[in-house]
Amino acid sequence: MTTLPAPPGTRARRGRRWNPAYAFVAPSVVLIAVFILEPIVQSAWMSLHDWSVGEASHKMRGLGNYSDLLHDSRFWNALKVTLLFTAGTAVGQVALGLALAEALRRTTWFTSLLRTAFFFPFIASMAVVGIVWRFLLDPQVGLVDAWLGHVGLGHPQWLQSTSLALPTLVVVGIWKGFGFTMIVLLAAIQAIPEHLYEAARLDGAGRAAQFRHVTLPGMRQATLFVTVIATITGLQLFDLSYVMTGGGPVFHTESVVQYLYQRGFVDFSLGYASAVAWVLTLVIFAVALLQLRILRYSDVD
Amino acid sequence: MSTDLARPATRPEAGRTVDGPRRHHGVRLASRVASAAAAVVLVVAAVATLLPFLWMLGVAFRTSADLYAHPASIVPTAWSLDGFRAVYDQLPFGRLVLNTFVFAGGATLLLLFFDSLTAYALARLEFRGRNALFVLILATLMVPFQVTIIPVFLTLFHLGWLNTEQGLIVPRATSALGIFMLRQFFMQLPRELDEAARIDGAGAWTIYWRIVLPLSKPALASLFVIQFAALWNDFLWPLVVTSDISKRTLPSALTLFSSQDGVDHAALMAGAAISLSPLAIAFLLAQRFFVQGVAASGIK
Repeated sequence: MTTLPAPPGTRARRGRRWNPAYAFVAPSVVLIAVFILEPIVQSAWMSLHDWSVGEASHKMRGLGNYSDLLHDSRFWNALKVTLLFTAGTAVGQVALGLALAEALRRTTWFTSLLRTAFFFPFIASMAVVGIVWRFLLDPQVGLVDAWLGHVGLGHPQWLQSTSLALPTLVVVGIWKGFGFTMIVLLAAIQAIPEHLYEAARLDGAGRAAQFRHVTLPGMRQATLFVTVIATITGLQLFDLSYVMTGGGPVFHTESVVQYLYQRGFVDFSLGYASAVAWVLTLVIFAVALLQLRILRYSDVD
Repeated sequence: MSTDLARPATRPEAGRTVDGPRRHHGVRLASRVASAAAAVVLVVAAVATLLPFLWMLGVAFRTSADLYAHPASIVPTAWSLDGFRAVYDQLPFGRLVLNTFVFAGGATLLLLFFDSLTAYALARLEFRGRNALFVLILATLMVPFQVTIIPVFLTLFHLGWLNTEQGLIVPRATSALGIFMLRQFFMQLPRELDEAARIDGAGAWTIYWRIVLPLSKPALASLFVIQFAALWNDFLWPLVVTSDISKRTLPSALTLFSSQDGVDHAALMAGAAISLSPLAIAFLLAQRFFVQGVAASGIK
């Protein structure tokens, strides 16, 4: 840009042609194009092919991968596991978050301390959470079994039992994330103007009625937000089941992303894994849209 | 859990009912007992929430023999640093800590810079294609990253970037969410500032660097905290990009470690504790910031 000074007449036109704004957006645009947009297109393309690493040619299969998916019982199982996990964690996190946001609404040293404690699991990585909980639930050295043994409840095989493994993951998922829900809902509940409560009390509303008619409507947006976030996070379940159960026992905790990882990065069936990724995307879209509809209409009364 | 647990025991209007003094004295006592009970329940719940971390710390400081003998105790019956020593001996530990800092810190700083540049242009500069670009960025937010991970893996493979720092960092150096958050913040800053600066001869870069950025410290700090924590804890991404343990980050290396046979529990819990500690300390020191950042992301 060290060209000769332009004559006055051309300056405006030059300015129009080279707008400094493009330099500002360039780095992000390049990164987004290379690492997000192009991969989205490529992924869609790959999902239509029989694509594996090391092969020179990639055979076009049309929708073959998708029709295979329809008959893939391991995929349907993974989808079921993922949906159950998502429903359980989302309901648990939102319910606990609402209860705690209401309970810890006023800011004192006591409530601040409690909020910090409840939020703390959220900052730990899923890897740390998975490792710690796996050992907490270990039948030989785990604290949970040791304490349950004291009260004579025996030794449930938390992560080895086909019926208990998924519910256990759900509980750990709720424990990890309810602090986030609580904080977002707290911010919303504290933003509700106090005079609305006063007006409700003047109308003779008790605490339950105030919660129902002032708090809940005032928190609609925030509740919607945390529900959608909890759902999307749940549908992307990977770290927790990978670390705690590895998908076992016999696929009872194998999630869609875990199956995708298995097919893509272990078996290197990249085309098929891409189809799995796109179906997951469709599920996420569908569920999020459904929630937006339900939560919007339920409040119209 | 009941929803009105920790309401204050007395309310100003509670004493002005028509029921007479004796009745409302009883009500007050009852509600005081109720709120004390609620406080106890909440404290127990908070301790239970933190118990796994306390136990993790306890195990990190004991030997396996002690753990097998007294699994029910949280405080070690015999203190030992063997766990920390074992982590150090069995993992390239210093290297992993450094990797995690370089990855999370480097990517977050780059991301703040690139995202703020783009957000500034989107919020305060005129250019052709501005709206289209904004819509495009918003649209990428809707596609989960699992869709892109295989092609990105292939791109990194072709670039020869697998198992490298740049392979980990560069694809994470911008984020649609960050651009969106900063754009919203920049739009709220008064336009008169730009105009005054322009009259004084300042160009777009000067306005961005000397006016907009300094005024946006709260938004930048919130984004930094959220992104740094997310990258520090990221698991799938380092797992995919790196296969060489000396290139891994702490969370992804720890799981490798945990799946080895015969690993000792103290070492594993020590590793978990070390991997958690930087964020835990940062959180406890800058708690209000952290919480505000998280809360702000949910309000609008």
